[in-house]
Amino acid sequence: MTLDRELMQTIIKRYPRSRSAIMPLLHYVQSVSGYVTNEGIETISEILEIETAEVSAVATFYTQYKRKPVGEYHVGVCTNTLCAVMGGDAIFASLKDHLGIENDGVTADGKVSLEHIECNAACDYAPVVMANWEFYDNQTVESAKALVDGARAGNPPAPTRGPSRLVTYKEASAVLAGLDDGLAREGVQAGEPTLLGLKLSKEGK
Amino acid sequence: MSKLTPVLSAHWDEKDSFTIEAYTRHGGYSASKKALAMDPDAVIQMVKDSGLRGRGGAGFPTGMKWGFIPQGDDKDHYLVVNADESEPGTCKDTPLLMANPHVLIEGCIIACHAIRAKRAFIYIRGEVTHVVRRVNAAIADAYKAGHLGNGIDVTLHIGAGAYICGEETALLDSLEGFRGQPRLRPPFPAIAGLYARPTVVNNVESISSVPAIIANGAEWYQSMGTEKSKGATLYSLSGHVNNPGQFEAPLGITLREILELAGGVRTGHKLKFWTPGGSSTPLFTDAHLDIPLDYEGVSAAGSMLGTKALQIFDETTCVVRAVLRWTEFYKHESCGKCTPCREGTWWLVQILRDLENGTGTEADLEKLLDLCDNIMGRSFCALGDGATSPITSSIKYFRDEYIAHLTNGACPFDPVKSTLFTGAVSY
Repeated sequence: MTLDRELMQTIIKRYPRSRSAIMPLLHYVQSVSGYVTNEGIETISEILEIETAEVSAVATFYTQYKRKPVGEYHVGVCTNTLCAVMGGDAIFASLKDHLGIENDGVTADGKVSLEHIECNAACDYAPVVMANWEFYDNQTVESAKALVDGARAGNPPAPTRGPSRLVTYKEASAVLAGLDDGLAREGVQAGEPTLLGLKLSKEGK
Repeated sequence: MSKLTPVLSAHWDEKDSFTIEAYTRHGGYSASKKALAMDPDAVIQMVKDSGLRGRGGAGFPTGMKWGFIPQGDDKDHYLVVNADESEPGTCKDTPLLMANPHVLIEGCIIACHAIRAKRAFIYIRGEVTHVVRRVNAAIADAYKAGHLGNGIDVTLHIGAGAYICGEETALLDSLEGFRGQPRLRPPFPAIAGLYARPTVVNNVESISSVPAIIANGAEWYQSMGTEKSKGATLYSLSGHVNNPGQFEAPLGITLREILELAGGVRTGHKLKFWTPGGSSTPLFTDAHLDIPLDYEGVSAAGSMLGTKALQIFDETTCVVRAVLRWTEFYKHESCGKCTPCREGTWWLVQILRDLENGTGTEADLEKLLDLCDNIMGRSFCALGDGATSPITSSIKYFRDEYIAHLTNGACPFDPVKSTLFTGAVSY
């Protein structure tokens, strides 16, 4: 896969100063290669006219930029306090066991990678699991296993609040580079907890 | 009469609430039209008069922040919206943007006009793919409809997983293309912010609250809330409760009232400890159920309103385990710039691990407090300060439980009992 330098220039044009484009460009590299390759760092350094060390410094600061390949479906289990206590720790332990990999590991078939993640702003849906940064709400050990089994078989269940199908890691990375995949109108506008206060107020409570 | 006052959340139950069609159907983009016809200073005055305060945690008056931007200086001004919602327990901006991104865009138009900025950046965290899609599509639709592109532009910037970028100056460094590390202040962003230009950094909920203020007037907004904490806000209830969720209510509502609406703490259990505004705000207990949840009330009781992230833990939860996990989070997210935070959070974790597994000593408690004392207020930003909050408050209220780990030689709690898998939680 080669990087589209013309497309990279359109990303740079979003900003008044080119260096600001470094983060979307790194997401773009991940959308092409599945992780931040040395070639990606060199290309960004060339077109932004900064040192490769400066690009690497940014790439290694942010946890979403991966310096080695992750799975086609990158699964994150929230193990920050609230999710951990409510079942996240149990889910994470069972997925490690089920997949036979550790934190930051990838299955031999390259389909699924696993990471414990920090709070993902969905605490009213705890315990939360993310796959390619799409929401899987109110998870159990069983539902999380079904998610990774489906992913390995090539038919993962759809996210709870997201598009009607789970996109791949590369496809999700393109969205994070700011590119439109046309799926914004898919999926619910909100889940039940989001609507609870509104519902109660309409009932006069 | 309902205790709740849905304004931001008023139309979230409509299936297409995130579209420009739905937003316009409910009068969307008429407030920006009204504001653009006003003198910018009059807009700032209206927001000042409304009493709106920052909803990202600090509670700084929004209109006053806008008023700090120098005028007639011939420099570019910027609005930067902080949508990097990452404080543990905080989950209000994310559902807001998923259900109605246009209210933020309209707020950006109004704020840009007020501070004489031609450009706004929305810095959204990178771990929410579908929210990114929704906001990006909303911006595109706002351009197509002519709300953007006629003197005011909005650019979406997507983060990549760093809690520290929720700190406003780290966010600015990140947006400039560097590692997200906080800057020394002064100069404050109002003088030298993005690209060293005058910049306002506001939270999503703060900016999204502006269109309704312009549409309904400052007096309307003032009529909700308490003496110094005006308006309504999103309270996010999570954890060991029967029905978690978002509750938009006037500032000053109590946890007891919200819990009643939510069907209480999970059946068969009782409240043990909770956070009023995320993990960086000192813990409360069942003694604080009637504290008014406004900026002053929470502060007077020894904590902070923060992001109004009400995380509820029942008696099955080990407070040492909870605090250790939060501390591991702060250690992981410390950017490494300032020594007290970088080294201090590392040592906090080592000591807390010993305490949690029962191998520590009682002297470790004093060492923890001493460390906290040496971290608090000694770094460029408040991340290290936040790390000390759960520790000092948990030792204050639950010292006996720390000691019980030591006399027991292990954690006395069964973690299975605090999971949802053993209890019945359903709608």
